[in-house]
Amino acid sequence: MGDEPGRPLPQASDLTSPHWSACGEGKLLFQECSACGQAVFPPQEFCPGELTETLRWKQSRGIGVVYSHTTIWRPQTPAFEVPYIVGDIELSEGFHMLTNIVDCAPDTVYVGMPVRVSFRPVGRAVLPFFEPAD
Amino acid sequence: MSLVLEAVTGALEDAGLSIRDVDGFNISAGLERISEKFGYQCGAQYFWTGEKMAGPDAVVEAAGAISSGLCEVVLIASAEAGLYTDRGSSAPWTRPAHEFVETWGLHTPAEWALLARRHMHLYGGTPEDAARIACVIRNNGALNPEAVYFGRGPFTPQDILSSRMIADPYRLLDCAMTAEGGAAIVMTSAARARDCTTRPVTFLGGCFESWGPEYTNPPTYERKGMLGRRSADIAFRQAGIQRSDVDVLELYDNFSWEIVRCLEAYRFCETGEGAEFIRSGAIEPGGQYPIVTDGGTMSHSHTGASQILQRVIQAARQLRGTSCVNQIRDAEVALASWPYGVVLLGVADRADHG
Repeated sequence: MGDEPGRPLPQASDLTSPHWSACGEGKLLFQECSACGQAVFPPQEFCPGELTETLRWKQSRGIGVVYSHTTIWRPQTPAFEVPYIVGDIELSEGFHMLTNIVDCAPDTVYVGMPVRVSFRPVGRAVLPFFEPAD
Repeated sequence: MSLVLEAVTGALEDAGLSIRDVDGFNISAGLERISEKFGYQCGAQYFWTGEKMAGPDAVVEAAGAISSGLCEVVLIASAEAGLYTDRGSSAPWTRPAHEFVETWGLHTPAEWALLARRHMHLYGGTPEDAARIACVIRNNGALNPEAVYFGRGPFTPQDILSSRMIADPYRLLDCAMTAEGGAAIVMTSAARARDCTTRPVTFLGGCFESWGPEYTNPPTYERKGMLGRRSADIAFRQAGIQRSDVDVLELYDNFSWEIVRCLEAYRFCETGEGAEFIRSGAIEPGGQYPIVTDGGTMSHSHTGASQILQRVIQAARQLRGTSCVNQIRDAEVALASWPYGVVLLGVADRADHG
């Protein structure tokens, strides 16, 4: 295969770059509507309730629970070392986020498990992983 | 392209029609949509083109076009070969490129595993239940001389549970395979079909839907769990029939637990009772709603879009009494689906729709 590609790093857009940049500063940003207060993630251009461009970046507390999870034994590409845990995290602010759950044995993760964000460097990026919080 | 041509030729011959009769095209080769090019290269002049992916969605789209007079004879075909060459990775069309997904190593089994896990958490199904589903489908295919995995089986639930883990709760044998191949169908008006040499089947109703961009957003049960319910409700309303009128369910078996999700979403059982429904034997040969009678993506083939069209073809064969395996006796109504679209087909003398 020659040069194995590494883990794909986020290709940020104008819309999403504030989120990824903030990860480098140890902050987890999501969007909140300045009119109705709805939390939104992944980033989008308008508030689903208001249909107005009133979403503003806000820092999350970075804590939540595992909504669903799967441990991967057959990787997406060889860049990923198996096993790794993919989690859908329900953050305390009410939005969902896909991530990898780290520092956690695959047979110990469960739906409802408390987790917190853990920023870790990957190549030139810093990514928001999550780790057990209990 | 040779696979597309072979499929197209076979479908036209079966219908007793010529390519000169076709005034609507929905053709894809691999990941490329080639309807315009294909129509032109056939020498067709001024034709309708369909935009939906081959399968139930394309059938619904074509039925609408034919019934509203936009065209009269639609050819739907798809084939795929040579796409899957990098064996170190999951199939290329299953690897999402979205920034909030790919960096976490999600692939298609992971996406659907997250949904299955949540469902099991909510309603208590188990990997053993999933294994039972995979057995039914794989054992159907093991008997099918046309299946890639013909003769591979029979499987027991323990065989499924002993296969290697891919994305838990999904093991290797809970997942679709990858293969190469093609499929094609011809659709036309009921009036025109009466002149065809073959035994047609009737489109009774159908619909397709979306829950949003796939492999981009978290696949929560609240946003994705009932995918297909709206389509099924509309299809049954159009057809004017009940769930209990359906004789065979040619569901899309990309992953075993999807069968439970679809049975619930389509209202063949109550939400949360899918696992119990499976345990009752309802989906097995001889049960009330036999599923995936050709072996589906787990055993027959998984050829990208053409396998989605294969669900429609297998449903049609059941209604014609020409299934090469697991023929349901006197089947009058069949459902064919994939996660986004549902069609109901009936024997031709049952109704006189579009």
